[in-house]
Amino acid sequence: MSIDTPSKPQRGPSILVQSVEGVGQGLIGFVSNIGGVMSLLVDVVRWSLRRPLRLQNLFAQLDFVGVGSIFIVALTGLFTGMVFAFQSSTAFELFDAESLVGPTVALTLTRELAPVFSALMITMRAGSAMCTELGTMRVTEQVDALETMAVNPVQYLLVPRIQAGLFMTPALTMLFNTAGMGGAYVVSVVVKGISAGTFISRTRQWMDPMDVWEGIIKGAIFGLSVALICCYKGYNASGGAKGVGQATTEAMVSSALSIFILDFIVGVLMH
Amino acid sequence: MSDSNSTASAKPMIDIVDLHKTFGEHRVLTGINLTVPAGSTCVILGGSGSGKTVLMKHMIGLLKPDSGQVIIDGEDIVPVGVEELQRVRRKFGMVFQAAALFDSMTVYENVAFPLREHTRLPEEQIREKVRAKLDLMGLKREAEQKFPADLSGGMRKRVGLARAIVLDPKVVLYDEPTTGLDPITTDYVDEMILAAQRELGVTSVVISHDIASAFNVADQIAFLSKGVIVEHGPPEQLRASEHPAVKVFLQTWFGKN
Ligand SMILES: Nc1ncnc2c1ncn2[C@@H]1O[C@H](COP(=O)(O)OP(=O)(O)OP(=O)(O)O)[C@@H](O)[C@H]1O
Ligand SMILES: [Mg+2]
Repeated sequence: MSIDTPSKPQRGPSILVQSVEGVGQGLIGFVSNIGGVMSLLVDVVRWSLRRPLRLQNLFAQLDFVGVGSIFIVALTGLFTGMVFAFQSSTAFELFDAESLVGPTVALTLTRELAPVFSALMITMRAGSAMCTELGTMRVTEQVDALETMAVNPVQYLLVPRIQAGLFMTPALTMLFNTAGMGGAYVVSVVVKGISAGTFISRTRQWMDPMDVWEGIIKGAIFGLSVALICCYKGYNASGGAKGVGQATTEAMVSSALSIFILDFIVGVLMH
Repeated sequence: MSDSNSTASAKPMIDIVDLHKTFGEHRVLTGINLTVPAGSTCVILGGSGSGKTVLMKHMIGLLKPDSGQVIIDGEDIVPVGVEELQRVRRKFGMVFQAAALFDSMTVYENVAFPLREHTRLPEEQIREKVRAKLDLMGLKREAEQKFPADLSGGMRKRVGLARAIVLDPKVVLYDEPTTGLDPITTDYVDEMILAAQRELGVTSVVISHDIASAFNVADQIAFLSKGVIVEHGPPEQLRASEHPAVKVFLQTWFGKN
Protein backbone atom coordinates (compact mmCIF):
# COMPACT_ATOMS: atom_id res chain seq x y z
CA MET A 1 0.00 0.00 0.00
CA SER A 2 1.73 3.08 -1.26
CA ILE A 3 -0.17 5.48 0.98
CA ASP A 4 0.97 3.84 4.17
CA THR A 5 3.97 5.58 5.61
CA PRO A 6 6.92 3.24 5.38
CA SER A 7 7.93 2.06 8.82
CA LYS A 8 11.36 3.43 9.66
CA PRO A 9 13.78 1.18 11.44
CA GLN A 10 13.22 2.08 15.05
CA ARG A 11 15.62 2.21 17.88
CA GLY A 12 13.70 2.10 21.04
CA PRO A 13 12.21 -0.59 23.19
CA SER A 14 13.89 -3.89 22.49
CA ILE A 15 12.10 -6.64 20.66
CA LEU A 16 11.57 -8.43 23.94
CA VAL A 17 9.83 -5.47 25.56
CA GLN A 18 7.81 -4.92 22.42
CA SER A 19 6.64 -8.48 22.29
CA VAL A 20 5.70 -8.45 25.97
CA GLU A 21 3.76 -5.27 25.32
CA GLY A 22 2.16 -6.90 22.32
CA VAL A 23 1.01 -9.85 24.39
CA GLY A 24 -0.24 -7.49 27.09
CA GLN A 25 -2.23 -5.46 24.60
CA GLY A 26 -3.57 -8.65 23.08
CA LEU A 27 -4.75 -9.76 26.51
CA ILE A 28 -6.39 -6.42 27.28
CA GLY A 29 -8.11 -6.51 23.91
CA PHE A 30 -9.22 -10.08 24.51
CA VAL A 31 -10.71 -9.32 27.92
CA SER A 32 -12.49 -6.16 26.78
CA ASN A 33 -13.86 -8.07 23.80
CA ILE A 34 -15.27 -10.73 26.11
CA GLY A 35 -16.99 -7.99 28.10
CA GLY A 36 -18.42 -6.46 24.94
CA VAL A 37 -19.59 -9.79 23.56
CA MET A 38 -21.24 -10.69 26.87
CA SER A 39 -23.17 -7.43 27.09
CA LEU A 40 -24.21 -7.90 23.48
CA LEU A 41 -25.50 -11.35 24.42
CA VAL A 42 -27.60 -9.82 27.18
CA ASP A 43 -28.99 -7.28 24.72
CA VAL A 44 -29.73 -9.95 22.15
CA VAL A 45 -31.61 -12.09 24.67
CA ARG A 46 -33.58 -9.08 25.85
CA TRP A 47 -34.56 -7.99 22.35
CA SER A 48 -35.32 -11.49 21.13
CA LEU A 49 -38.14 -11.69 23.68
CA ARG A 50 -39.87 -8.57 22.41
CA ARG A 51 -42.33 -7.86 19.72
CA PRO A 52 -42.29 -7.63 16.83
CA LEU A 53 -40.83 -11.06 16.16
CA ARG A 54 -38.80 -10.61 13.02
CA LEU A 55 -39.60 -13.96 11.48
CA GLN A 56 -38.88 -12.86 7.95
CA ASN A 57 -35.37 -11.80 8.91
CA LEU A 58 -34.90 -14.97 10.92
CA PHE A 59 -35.89 -17.20 8.00
CA ALA A 60 -33.60 -15.30 5.68
CA GLN A 61 -30.71 -15.88 8.07
CA LEU A 62 -31.60 -19.53 8.71
CA ASP A 63 -31.57 -19.99 4.98
CA PHE A 64 -28.28 -18.17 4.55
CA VAL A 65 -26.42 -19.74 7.47
CA GLY A 66 -28.01 -23.19 7.33
CA VAL A 67 -29.20 -24.07 3.87
CA GLY A 68 -26.37 -22.13 2.28
CA SER A 69 -23.75 -24.10 4.21
CA ILE A 70 -25.12 -27.57 3.45
CA PHE A 71 -22.83 -28.22 0.55
CA ILE A 72 -19.54 -27.20 2.10
CA VAL A 73 -20.29 -28.79 5.46
CA ALA A 74 -21.30 -32.07 3.81
CA LEU A 75 -18.20 -31.99 1.66
CA THR A 76 -15.91 -31.24 4.58
CA GLY A 77 -17.58 -34.00 6.59
CA LEU A 78 -17.25 -36.49 3.79
CA PHE A 79 -13.56 -35.88 3.33
CA THR A 80 -12.83 -35.72 7.04
CA GLY A 81 -14.51 -39.09 7.52
CA MET A 82 -12.68 -40.59 4.55
CA VAL A 83 -9.25 -39.33 5.58
CA PHE A 84 -9.76 -40.30 9.17
CA ALA A 85 -10.96 -43.80 8.29
CA PHE A 86 -8.09 -44.26 5.88
CA GLN A 87 -5.42 -43.19 8.36
CA SER A 88 -6.84 -45.07 11.32
CA SER A 89 -7.40 -48.28 9.38
CA THR A 90 -3.82 -48.11 8.13
CA ALA A 91 -2.67 -47.80 11.73
CA PHE A 92 -5.07 -50.37 13.18
CA GLU A 93 -4.05 -52.92 10.53
CA LEU A 94 -0.71 -53.13 12.32
CA PHE A 95 -2.47 -54.51 15.40
CA ASP A 96 -5.10 -56.52 13.55
CA ALA A 97 -7.65 -54.21 15.12
CA GLU A 98 -9.48 -52.98 11.99
CA SER A 99 -12.79 -53.66 13.69
CA LEU A 100 -12.14 -50.58 15.82
CA VAL A 101 -12.01 -48.20 12.86
CA GLY A 102 -15.76 -47.63 12.87
CA PRO A 103 -16.10 -46.73 16.57
CA THR A 104 -12.90 -44.66 16.57
CA VAL A 105 -14.05 -42.56 13.67
CA ALA A 106 -17.60 -42.33 15.01
CA LEU A 107 -16.62 -41.22 18.50
CA THR A 108 -14.09 -38.64 17.36
CA LEU A 109 -16.39 -37.29 14.70
CA THR A 110 -19.48 -36.89 16.83
CA ARG A 111 -17.77 -35.50 19.90
CA GLU A 112 -15.05 -33.35 18.43
CA LEU A 113 -14.51 -33.07 14.72
CA ALA A 114 -18.08 -32.51 13.60
CA PRO A 115 -18.89 -29.56 15.89
CA VAL A 116 -15.45 -27.98 15.55
CA PHE A 117 -15.16 -28.30 11.79
CA SER A 118 -18.78 -27.34 11.14
CA ALA A 119 -18.38 -24.26 13.29
CA LEU A 120 -15.16 -23.35 11.49
CA MET A 121 -16.80 -23.70 8.09
CA ILE A 122 -19.76 -21.60 9.26
CA THR A 123 -17.38 -18.97 10.60
CA MET A 124 -15.66 -18.72 7.26
CA ARG A 125 -18.73 -18.77 5.12
CA ALA A 126 -21.47 -17.09 7.14
CA GLY A 127 -19.58 -15.35 9.94
CA SER A 128 -17.40 -13.38 7.58
CA ALA A 129 -20.44 -12.28 5.61
CA MET A 130 -22.26 -11.25 8.79
CA CYS A 131 -19.30 -9.22 9.93
CA THR A 132 -18.69 -7.41 6.64
CA GLU A 133 -22.37 -6.78 6.04
CA LEU A 134 -22.96 -5.32 9.49
CA GLY A 135 -19.68 -3.41 9.35
CA THR A 136 -20.59 -1.86 6.03
CA MET A 137 -24.02 -0.96 7.33
CA ARG A 138 -22.38 0.67 10.34
CA VAL A 139 -19.82 2.75 8.47
CA THR A 140 -22.30 3.86 5.80
CA GLU A 141 -24.71 4.97 8.56
CA GLN A 142 -27.38 2.43 7.62
CA VAL A 143 -27.43 1.34 11.26
CA ASP A 144 -27.95 4.96 12.32
CA ALA A 145 -30.70 5.27 9.74
CA LEU A 146 -32.47 2.24 11.20
CA GLU A 147 -32.26 3.84 14.63
CA THR A 148 -33.69 7.14 13.45
CA MET A 149 -36.63 5.19 12.03
CA ALA A 150 -37.29 3.88 15.54
CA VAL A 151 -36.26 0.35 14.61
CA ASN A 152 -33.90 -1.26 17.06
CA PRO A 153 -30.88 -2.52 15.13
CA VAL A 154 -30.08 -5.20 17.70
CA GLN A 155 -33.52 -6.65 17.23
CA TYR A 156 -33.69 -6.13 13.50
CA LEU A 157 -30.17 -7.11 12.50
CA LEU A 158 -28.42 -9.04 15.25
CA VAL A 159 -31.07 -11.24 16.83
CA PRO A 160 -31.90 -13.14 13.62
CA ARG A 161 -28.24 -13.70 12.77
CA ILE A 162 -27.34 -14.94 16.21
CA GLN A 163 -30.38 -17.19 16.41
CA ALA A 164 -29.47 -18.62 13.03
CA GLY A 165 -25.97 -19.41 14.27
CA LEU A 166 -27.38 -20.99 17.41
CA PHE A 167 -29.93 -23.19 15.63
CA MET A 168 -28.10 -24.05 12.45
CA THR A 169 -24.67 -25.04 13.73
CA PRO A 170 -26.02 -28.09 15.64
CA ALA A 171 -28.07 -29.06 12.61
CA LEU A 172 -25.04 -28.82 10.38
CA THR A 173 -23.04 -30.77 12.95
CA MET A 174 -25.50 -33.63 12.46
CA LEU A 175 -25.07 -33.35 8.74
CA PHE A 176 -21.31 -33.44 9.19
CA ASN A 177 -21.68 -36.62 11.26
CA THR A 178 -23.77 -38.26 8.61
CA ALA A 179 -21.50 -37.31 5.75
CA GLY A 180 -18.41 -38.20 7.76
CA MET A 181 -19.68 -41.65 8.66
CA GLY A 182 -20.71 -42.19 5.06
CA GLY A 183 -17.19 -41.33 3.93
CA ALA A 184 -15.66 -43.51 6.63
CA TYR A 185 -17.88 -46.43 5.64
CA VAL A 186 -16.93 -46.18 1.98
CA VAL A 187 -13.21 -46.04 2.71
CA SER A 188 -13.26 -48.79 5.35
CA VAL A 189 -15.56 -51.20 3.59
CA VAL A 190 -14.96 -50.54 -0.08
CA VAL A 191 -11.31 -49.47 -0.10
CA LYS A 192 -9.86 -51.18 2.95
CA GLY A 193 -12.01 -54.29 2.79
CA ILE A 194 -13.28 -54.24 6.37
CA SER A 195 -16.55 -56.17 6.51
CA ALA A 196 -19.67 -54.04 6.53
CA GLY A 197 -21.16 -56.05 9.38
CA THR A 198 -18.16 -55.52 11.61
CA PHE A 199 -18.01 -51.81 10.84
CA ILE A 200 -21.63 -51.25 11.71
CA SER A 201 -22.02 -53.57 14.69
CA ARG A 202 -18.81 -52.40 16.36
CA THR A 203 -19.78 -48.76 15.85
CA ARG A 204 -23.19 -49.46 17.39
CA GLN A 205 -21.61 -51.25 20.29
CA TRP A 206 -19.27 -48.41 21.24
CA MET A 207 -21.46 -45.44 20.48
CA ASP A 208 -23.72 -43.88 23.05
CA PRO A 209 -26.48 -41.36 22.26
CA MET A 210 -24.73 -39.07 24.72
CA ASP A 211 -21.81 -38.80 22.29
CA VAL A 212 -24.09 -37.44 19.64
CA TRP A 213 -25.67 -35.08 22.14
CA GLU A 214 -22.28 -33.83 23.21
CA GLY A 215 -21.56 -32.86 19.62
CA ILE A 216 -24.89 -31.16 19.22
CA ILE A 217 -24.51 -29.18 22.43
CA LYS A 218 -21.04 -28.15 21.37
CA GLY A 219 -22.38 -27.15 17.98
CA ALA A 220 -24.96 -24.89 19.60
CA ILE A 221 -22.38 -23.30 21.88
CA PHE A 222 -19.88 -22.75 19.07
CA GLY A 223 -22.58 -21.43 16.76
CA LEU A 224 -23.73 -18.94 19.35
CA SER A 225 -20.20 -17.85 20.11
CA VAL A 226 -19.17 -17.45 16.48
CA ALA A 227 -22.29 -15.54 15.50
CA LEU A 228 -21.97 -13.29 18.55
CA ILE A 229 -18.34 -12.48 17.86
CA CYS A 230 -18.84 -11.84 14.15
CA CYS A 231 -21.89 -9.65 14.81
CA TYR A 232 -20.13 -7.80 17.62
CA LYS A 233 -17.10 -7.01 15.49
CA GLY A 234 -19.14 -5.92 12.50
CA TYR A 235 -21.68 -3.95 14.50
CA ASN A 236 -18.93 -1.98 16.23
CA ALA A 237 -16.76 -1.44 13.17
CA SER A 238 -15.55 2.05 12.43
CA GLY A 239 -13.22 3.74 9.99
CA GLY A 240 -14.53 3.01 6.52
CA ALA A 241 -13.63 0.09 4.27
CA LYS A 242 -10.32 -0.42 6.04
CA GLY A 243 -12.06 -0.63 9.41
CA VAL A 244 -14.51 -3.20 8.09
CA GLY A 245 -11.66 -5.29 6.74
CA GLN A 246 -9.86 -5.14 10.04
CA ALA A 247 -13.02 -6.00 11.96
CA THR A 248 -13.53 -9.04 9.75
CA THR A 249 -9.99 -10.27 10.24
CA GLU A 250 -10.35 -9.92 14.00
CA ALA A 251 -13.74 -11.63 13.90
CA MET A 252 -12.34 -14.62 12.03
CA VAL A 253 -9.38 -15.03 14.38
CA SER A 254 -11.42 -14.55 17.56
CA SER A 255 -14.18 -16.88 16.36
CA ALA A 256 -11.74 -19.67 15.55
CA LEU A 257 -9.98 -19.21 18.87
CA SER A 258 -13.26 -19.22 20.74
CA ILE A 259 -14.18 -22.53 19.13
CA PHE A 260 -11.02 -24.23 20.35
CA ILE A 261 -11.14 -22.69 23.81
CA LEU A 262 -14.82 -23.52 24.30
CA ASP A 263 -14.24 -27.01 22.94
CA PHE A 264 -11.77 -27.62 25.73
CA ILE A 265 -13.97 -26.08 28.43
CA VAL A 266 -17.13 -27.91 27.38
CA GLY A 267 -15.21 -31.15 26.99
CA VAL A 268 -13.87 -30.90 30.53
CA LEU A 269 -17.26 -29.96 31.96
CA MET A 270 -19.04 -32.84 30.28
CA HIS A 271 -16.79 -35.64 31.48
CA MET B 1 -39.89 34.16 7.11
CA SER B 2 -42.84 36.46 7.61
CA ASP B 3 -44.11 34.50 10.58
CA SER B 4 -40.79 34.36 12.40
CA ASN B 5 -42.21 36.54 15.14
CA SER B 6 -45.15 34.28 15.80
CA THR B 7 -43.02 31.13 15.76
CA ALA B 8 -40.42 32.64 18.03
CA SER B 9 -43.01 32.76 20.78
CA ALA B 10 -44.27 29.23 20.08
CA LYS B 11 -43.12 26.49 22.42
CA PRO B 12 -39.78 24.98 21.47
CA MET B 13 -39.75 21.65 19.65
CA ILE B 14 -36.00 21.29 20.05
CA ASP B 15 -34.14 22.98 22.87
CA ILE B 16 -30.43 22.39 23.26
CA VAL B 17 -28.78 23.59 26.44
CA ASP B 18 -25.04 23.91 26.94
CA LEU B 19 -24.14 20.87 24.87
CA HIS B 20 -20.57 19.58 24.94
CA LYS B 21 -19.12 16.76 22.85
CA THR B 22 -15.55 15.58 22.57
CA PHE B 23 -14.18 12.74 20.44
CA GLY B 24 -10.97 11.66 22.13
CA GLU B 25 -8.90 14.83 22.22
CA HIS B 26 -11.01 16.58 19.65
CA ARG B 27 -13.46 19.05 21.20
CA VAL B 28 -16.15 19.35 18.57
CA LEU B 29 -19.03 21.02 20.42
CA THR B 30 -18.20 23.33 23.33
CA GLY B 31 -21.39 24.73 24.75
CA ILE B 32 -24.13 24.79 22.14
CA ASN B 33 -27.36 26.60 22.98
CA LEU B 34 -30.07 26.46 20.35
CA THR B 35 -33.85 26.64 20.39
CA VAL B 36 -36.02 25.63 17.47
CA PRO B 37 -39.66 26.67 17.94
CA ALA B 38 -42.33 24.19 16.90
CA GLY B 39 -43.42 24.68 13.33
CA SER B 40 -40.40 26.71 12.28
CA THR B 41 -37.46 26.04 10.00
CA CYS B 42 -33.96 26.46 11.36
CA VAL B 43 -30.98 26.36 9.04
CA ILE B 44 -27.57 25.53 10.47
CA LEU B 45 -24.65 27.03 8.58
CA GLY B 46 -20.98 26.53 9.27
CA GLY B 47 -17.72 25.50 7.69
CA SER B 48 -16.90 21.96 6.75
CA GLY B 49 -15.94 19.96 9.83
CA SER B 50 -17.41 22.52 12.22
CA GLY B 51 -19.64 19.89 13.83
CA LYS B 52 -23.01 20.45 12.14
CA THR B 53 -23.65 16.76 11.56
CA VAL B 54 -22.53 15.93 15.09
CA LEU B 55 -24.96 18.51 16.45
CA MET B 56 -27.81 17.10 14.38
CA LYS B 57 -27.10 13.56 15.51
CA HIS B 58 -27.52 14.72 19.09
CA MET B 59 -30.99 16.00 18.28
CA ILE B 60 -32.20 12.49 17.53
CA GLY B 61 -30.16 10.67 20.14
CA LEU B 62 -27.68 8.99 17.79
CA LEU B 63 -24.87 10.53 19.82
CA LYS B 64 -24.82 11.11 23.56
CA PRO B 65 -23.26 14.38 24.73
CA ASP B 66 -20.54 14.59 27.36
CA SER B 67 -22.74 17.13 29.12
CA GLY B 68 -25.77 19.27 28.40
CA GLN B 69 -29.41 18.74 27.62
CA VAL B 70 -31.32 17.93 24.45
CA ILE B 71 -34.96 18.70 25.12
CA ILE B 72 -37.38 17.42 22.50
CA ASP B 73 -40.97 18.54 22.87
CA GLY B 74 -40.42 19.19 26.58
CA GLU B 75 -38.53 15.97 27.34
CA ASP B 76 -34.78 15.68 27.91
CA ILE B 77 -33.67 12.75 25.73
CA VAL B 78 -30.10 12.54 27.02
CA PRO B 79 -30.76 10.31 30.05
CA VAL B 80 -33.55 8.17 28.56
CA GLY B 81 -33.12 4.53 27.58
CA VAL B 82 -33.31 2.92 24.16
CA GLU B 83 -37.02 2.12 24.38
CA GLU B 84 -38.11 5.66 25.19
CA LEU B 85 -35.79 7.02 22.53
CA GLN B 86 -37.63 4.87 20.00
CA ARG B 87 -40.88 6.50 21.01
CA VAL B 88 -39.40 9.99 20.64
CA ARG B 89 -37.88 9.09 17.28
CA ARG B 90 -41.26 8.27 15.79
CA LYS B 91 -41.82 12.01 15.61
CA PHE B 92 -38.70 12.37 13.49
CA GLY B 93 -37.50 11.86 9.99
CA MET B 94 -33.85 12.27 9.13
CA VAL B 95 -32.08 12.76 5.83
CA PHE B 96 -28.46 11.66 6.05
CA GLN B 97 -25.66 13.53 4.37
CA ALA B 98 -24.69 10.41 2.41
CA ALA B 99 -28.31 9.15 2.10
CA ALA B 100 -27.67 5.95 4.16
CA LEU B 101 -30.08 3.91 2.05
CA PHE B 102 -30.37 0.22 2.88
CA ASP B 103 -28.35 -1.30 0.08
CA SER B 104 -29.96 -4.71 0.38
CA MET B 105 -33.34 -3.19 -0.51
CA THR B 106 -34.68 -1.62 -3.66
CA VAL B 107 -35.64 2.04 -3.84
CA TYR B 108 -39.26 1.08 -3.37
CA GLU B 109 -38.54 -1.08 -0.32
CA ASN B 110 -36.38 1.63 1.19
CA VAL B 111 -39.16 4.18 1.04
CA ALA B 112 -41.78 1.64 2.11
CA PHE B 113 -39.68 0.52 5.07
CA PRO B 114 -40.90 3.06 7.67
CA LEU B 115 -44.51 2.43 6.59
CA ARG B 116 -44.12 -1.31 6.96
CA GLU B 117 -42.48 -0.90 10.35
CA HIS B 118 -44.86 1.57 11.91
CA THR B 119 -48.20 1.22 10.17
CA ARG B 120 -50.50 -1.64 9.30
CA LEU B 121 -51.50 -0.24 5.95
CA PRO B 122 -52.40 -2.66 3.17
CA GLU B 123 -49.92 -2.95 0.35
CA GLU B 124 -51.96 -0.79 -2.07
CA GLN B 125 -51.94 2.14 0.30
CA ILE B 126 -48.24 1.69 0.96
CA ARG B 127 -47.65 1.72 -2.78
CA GLU B 128 -49.74 4.85 -3.15
CA LYS B 129 -47.81 6.69 -0.46
CA VAL B 130 -44.41 5.53 -1.67
CA ARG B 131 -45.20 6.58 -5.23
CA ALA B 132 -46.52 9.93 -4.06
CA LYS B 133 -43.25 10.68 -2.26
CA LEU B 134 -41.12 9.40 -5.12
CA ASP B 135 -43.11 11.54 -7.55
CA LEU B 136 -42.65 14.52 -5.27
CA MET B 137 -38.91 13.96 -5.50
CA GLY B 138 -39.10 13.66 -9.27
CA LEU B 139 -38.07 10.02 -9.35
CA LYS B 140 -39.39 7.98 -12.21
CA ARG B 141 -41.22 4.67 -11.97
CA GLU B 142 -38.34 2.73 -13.48
CA ALA B 143 -36.14 3.77 -10.54
CA GLU B 144 -38.42 1.93 -8.10
CA GLN B 145 -36.93 -1.50 -8.56
CA LYS B 146 -33.32 -0.38 -8.69
CA PHE B 147 -30.89 -0.91 -5.86
CA PRO B 148 -29.13 2.07 -4.26
CA ALA B 149 -25.78 1.00 -5.72
CA ASP B 150 -27.21 1.55 -9.22
CA LEU B 151 -28.33 5.12 -8.59
CA SER B 152 -26.56 8.42 -9.08
CA GLY B 153 -25.62 10.42 -5.99
CA GLY B 154 -28.42 12.91 -6.54
CA MET B 155 -30.99 10.16 -7.00
CA ARG B 156 -29.86 8.49 -3.80
CA LYS B 157 -30.27 11.75 -1.98
CA ARG B 158 -33.80 12.12 -3.26
CA VAL B 159 -34.70 8.58 -2.24
CA GLY B 160 -33.32 9.41 1.22
CA LEU B 161 -35.55 12.48 1.32
CA ALA B 162 -38.59 10.47 0.27
CA ARG B 163 -37.86 7.87 2.95
CA ALA B 164 -37.46 10.51 5.66
CA ILE B 165 -40.82 12.13 4.99
CA VAL B 166 -42.92 9.12 4.04
CA LEU B 167 -44.48 8.89 7.51
CA ASP B 168 -45.18 12.64 7.54
CA PRO B 169 -43.13 13.21 10.71
CA LYS B 170 -43.55 16.26 12.96
CA VAL B 171 -39.84 17.04 12.87
CA VAL B 172 -37.52 16.54 9.92
CA LEU B 173 -33.75 16.80 10.16
CA TYR B 174 -32.07 17.42 6.84
CA ASP B 175 -28.30 16.97 6.64
CA GLU B 176 -27.38 18.80 3.45
CA PRO B 177 -30.49 17.81 1.54
CA THR B 178 -29.57 19.68 -1.61
CA THR B 179 -25.84 19.12 -1.88
CA GLY B 180 -25.19 17.36 -5.16
CA LEU B 181 -28.60 18.11 -6.62
CA ASP B 182 -29.15 20.14 -9.77
CA PRO B 183 -30.59 23.67 -9.33
CA ILE B 184 -34.10 22.67 -10.36
CA THR B 185 -34.28 19.80 -7.89
CA THR B 186 -32.75 22.06 -5.25
CA ASP B 187 -35.62 24.50 -5.72
CA TYR B 188 -38.00 21.57 -5.53
CA VAL B 189 -36.58 20.45 -2.20
CA ASP B 190 -36.66 23.98 -0.82
CA GLU B 191 -40.26 24.30 -1.90
CA MET B 192 -41.03 20.96 -0.27
CA ILE B 193 -39.53 22.07 3.05
CA LEU B 194 -41.59 25.26 2.91
CA ALA B 195 -44.74 23.41 1.95
CA ALA B 196 -44.33 20.90 4.76
CA GLN B 197 -44.03 23.75 7.23
CA ARG B 198 -46.93 25.72 5.77
CA GLU B 199 -49.36 22.86 5.30
CA LEU B 200 -48.44 20.36 8.00
CA GLY B 201 -46.74 22.54 10.61
CA VAL B 202 -43.56 20.51 10.34
CA THR B 203 -40.51 21.63 12.30
CA SER B 204 -37.40 21.43 10.15
CA VAL B 205 -33.72 21.65 10.91
CA VAL B 206 -31.64 21.98 7.77
CA ILE B 207 -27.88 21.80 7.49
CA SER B 208 -26.85 23.53 4.33
CA HIS B 209 -23.91 24.90 2.45
CA ASP B 210 -26.16 26.57 -0.06
CA ILE B 211 -26.62 30.10 1.25
CA ALA B 212 -29.29 31.00 -1.29
CA SER B 213 -31.51 28.14 -0.27
CA ALA B 214 -30.73 28.76 3.40
CA PHE B 215 -32.05 32.30 3.12
CA ASN B 216 -34.95 30.99 1.11
CA VAL B 217 -36.30 28.47 3.60
CA ALA B 218 -35.10 29.67 7.01
CA ASP B 219 -37.10 31.31 9.76
CA GLN B 220 -33.94 31.28 11.79
CA ILE B 221 -30.35 30.73 10.82
CA ALA B 222 -27.78 29.48 13.31
CA PHE B 223 -24.13 29.82 12.50
CA LEU B 224 -21.81 27.22 14.00
CA SER B 225 -18.16 28.05 14.43
CA LYS B 226 -15.46 26.61 16.70
CA GLY B 227 -17.92 24.51 18.66
CA VAL B 228 -20.47 27.20 19.50
CA ILE B 229 -23.38 28.97 17.84
CA VAL B 230 -21.94 32.41 17.19
CA GLU B 231 -25.01 33.92 15.56
CA HIS B 232 -28.63 32.89 15.72
CA GLY B 233 -31.62 34.77 14.41
CA PRO B 234 -33.73 35.57 11.37
CA PRO B 235 -31.87 35.73 8.05
CA GLU B 236 -31.74 39.53 8.07
CA GLN B 237 -29.92 39.43 11.40
CA LEU B 238 -27.35 37.03 10.03
CA ARG B 239 -26.94 39.16 6.93
CA ALA B 240 -26.05 42.12 9.16
CA SER B 241 -23.81 40.09 11.47
CA GLU B 242 -20.54 41.63 12.55
CA HIS B 243 -19.01 38.30 13.57
CA PRO B 244 -15.88 37.79 11.44
CA ALA B 245 -16.50 34.07 10.72
CA VAL B 246 -20.04 34.82 9.57
CA LYS B 247 -18.91 37.75 7.44
CA VAL B 248 -16.26 35.71 5.67
CA PHE B 249 -18.74 32.89 5.07
CA LEU B 250 -21.43 35.16 3.65
CA GLN B 251 -19.00 37.18 1.56
CA THR B 252 -18.28 34.11 -0.52
CA TRP B 253 -21.88 34.33 -1.67
CA PHE B 254 -23.09 37.88 -1.38
CA GLY B 255 -19.72 39.23 -2.41
CA LYS B 256 -20.32 37.88 -5.88
CA ASN B 257 -23.79 39.38 -6.32
N1 LIG C 1 -17.72 9.40 15.31
C1 LIG C 1 -16.72 10.29 15.32
N2 LIG C 1 -15.55 9.99 15.90
C2 LIG C 1 -14.54 10.89 15.93
N3 LIG C 1 -14.60 12.11 15.40
C3 LIG C 1 -15.73 12.48 14.80
C4 LIG C 1 -16.85 11.60 14.72
N4 LIG C 1 -17.85 12.23 14.08
C5 LIG C 1 -17.37 13.45 13.76
N5 LIG C 1 -16.11 13.61 14.19
C6 LIG C 1 -15.30 14.82 14.04
O1 LIG C 1 -16.09 15.93 14.40
C7 LIG C 1 -15.85 17.02 13.54
C8 LIG C 1 -17.16 17.56 13.02
O2 LIG C 1 -17.73 16.62 12.14
P1 LIG C 1 -19.10 16.85 11.40
O3 LIG C 1 -19.36 15.64 10.59
O4 LIG C 1 -20.14 17.25 12.37
O5 LIG C 1 -18.76 18.08 10.45
P2 LIG C 1 -19.76 18.89 9.54
O6 LIG C 1 -19.90 20.24 10.12
O7 LIG C 1 -21.00 18.11 9.34
O8 LIG C 1 -18.93 19.00 8.19
P3 LIG C 1 -19.43 18.84 6.68
O9 LIG C 1 -20.04 20.13 6.31
O10 LIG C 1 -18.18 18.59 5.92
O11 LIG C 1 -20.39 17.70 6.64
C9 LIG C 1 -14.93 16.52 12.45
O12 LIG C 1 -13.66 17.06 12.68
C10 LIG C 1 -14.90 15.03 12.61
O13 LIG C 1 -13.60 14.58 12.39
MG1 LIG D 1 -21.83 16.98 7.87
